[in-house]
Amino acid sequence: MDKKIERQLSLPLKNAFQMSLRNFRIRFGRAIIVTMSILLGIAFFMSVMTSNSFTMALIEKGPENIKTILIENLEEIKVRQKWLVSLSLLVCTVGIINSMLMAVTERSREIGTMKCLGALDRFIMELFLLEAMIHGIGGSIVGSFLGVLIMTVVYIFQYKKIIISIFPVLQILKYIGISIILGTGLAIFGSIYPAIVSARMEPAEAIRREV
Amino acid sequence: MPREVIVRTINLKKTYMLGKIPLPVLKGIDLEILRGEYISIMGPSGSGKTTLFNMIGGLDKPTEGKVYIDEVDIAQLDAYELAWLRCRKIGYIFQTFNLIPVMTALENVMLPMIFAGMSTDDAREKAKQLLETVGLGDRLHHKPFELSGGQQQRVAIARALANDPAIILADEPTGNLDLRTGKEIINLLRQMNKEKQVSIITATHDLKMLDVSDRVIWIRDGMIERIEDRENLDIRVGHVEGEEAG
Ligand SMILES: Nc1ncnc2c1ncn2[C@@H]1O[C@H](COP(=O)(O)OP(=O)(O)O)[C@@H](O)[C@H]1O
Ligand SMILES: [Mg+2]
Repeated sequence: MDKKIERQLSLPLKNAFQMSLRNFRIRFGRAIIVTMSILLGIAFFMSVMTSNSFTMALIEKGPENIKTILIENLEEIKVRQKWLVSLSLLVCTVGIINSMLMAVTERSREIGTMKCLGALDRFIMELFLLEAMIHGIGGSIVGSFLGVLIMTVVYIFQYKKIIISIFPVLQILKYIGISIILGTGLAIFGSIYPAIVSARMEPAEAIRREV
Repeated sequence: MPREVIVRTINLKKTYMLGKIPLPVLKGIDLEILRGEYISIMGPSGSGKTTLFNMIGGLDKPTEGKVYIDEVDIAQLDAYELAWLRCRKIGYIFQTFNLIPVMTALENVMLPMIFAGMSTDDAREKAKQLLETVGLGDRLHHKPFELSGGQQQRVAIARALANDPAIILADEPTGNLDLRTGKEIINLLRQMNKEKQVSIITATHDLKMLDVSDRVIWIRDGMIERIEDRENLDIRVGHVEGEEAG
């Protein structure tokens, strides 16, 4: 009967990664839009987290007068922040879904062609998700540092040099790590649906479609 | 050589639905294509050539009827087997070339071999050879947009040959090319057909194609009008070309 061993189709991760990276680099215009929504979302998240870290550090180590003011408003600020952060991350995810769907439409002929060459649905999904991961990592690294930078500048204006002396390095590094994981996660999450759409395209239809 | 049927269609029908209105495009196509044959499918634009190709190539499902590739009913294949068939048994060539724009000529030709599980090094070697065969040994690292139409189609031919398919489906391969380049592409296809014993099925409304064909299948309105062997063709060609000019 059929030799199953011979009937293998594969897309090694190394090749898939190269292809996705290439897509990211060459289609930079589109890539930037996807990356921007992650970047901005994460920058906002990180600025809030940085602000929190500063506040906590000021409460712990700062001068008495600042401490009391901060403690008074602490609870209210935290509630409002949770809202804003969730909302901004939601908007960021919707942005990713939207621009990835556009990328899928733009590339429908390419997807159809790959299927003619023997790509399984799963390969197409893999390529899109890998690309999303690259967007996610890139966008959230830049975004998180941007967030820290902006908030640091803001706090230095308000509290002057104290901020430098109490700068909560470890805390902020921790949040940068969380940001990168969060941003990458959201980028992948937001790309699942577009990736499924692309993988399910019928080759004849995908090739016919003019963009 | 034994008569070996590589493509067989039986009462093949395809009807598209435009909203609620059925649009019959293929109205019962019965075909047998032999291994190593060079077939031209001639017919005016809109006669159903591309639709027929999509059915034969396993890119779309017929409304009725059967397609056998190498005596296997492709309706019985699961998604994985169908992808395997597209990868290993069939090479596709399109009017619009359809190279992957972000990849070089070499990488485009390597891709089907990578899918087929070949190692990157082996795939690169073979892709180089194929590109040399189609006369692009000096264009390995060019991107599609850096190549002329004729060169892009050569890359597409090399890519179609990558996994030594039994069949090449070429849908109007010269449709976007000028006369001379078109002739070169056709001669190249014929050469590959002879050298590699791959069956070539090309759709066209281009009479230049007739010269090289073993058989010509004329379709009109989704039906086979007539099938002509090479021997009977010579007389006809003169006649038809006269018609075209007049
Ligand atoms: N996906 C589709 N949906 C609806 N109509 C289609 C579709 N594909 C092709 N057709 C119609 O089928 C007919 C035959 O098309 P096609 O097979 O592309 O012809 P050819 O390749 O011979 O020019 C045309 O009238 C075309 O509009
Ligand atoms: Mg057509």
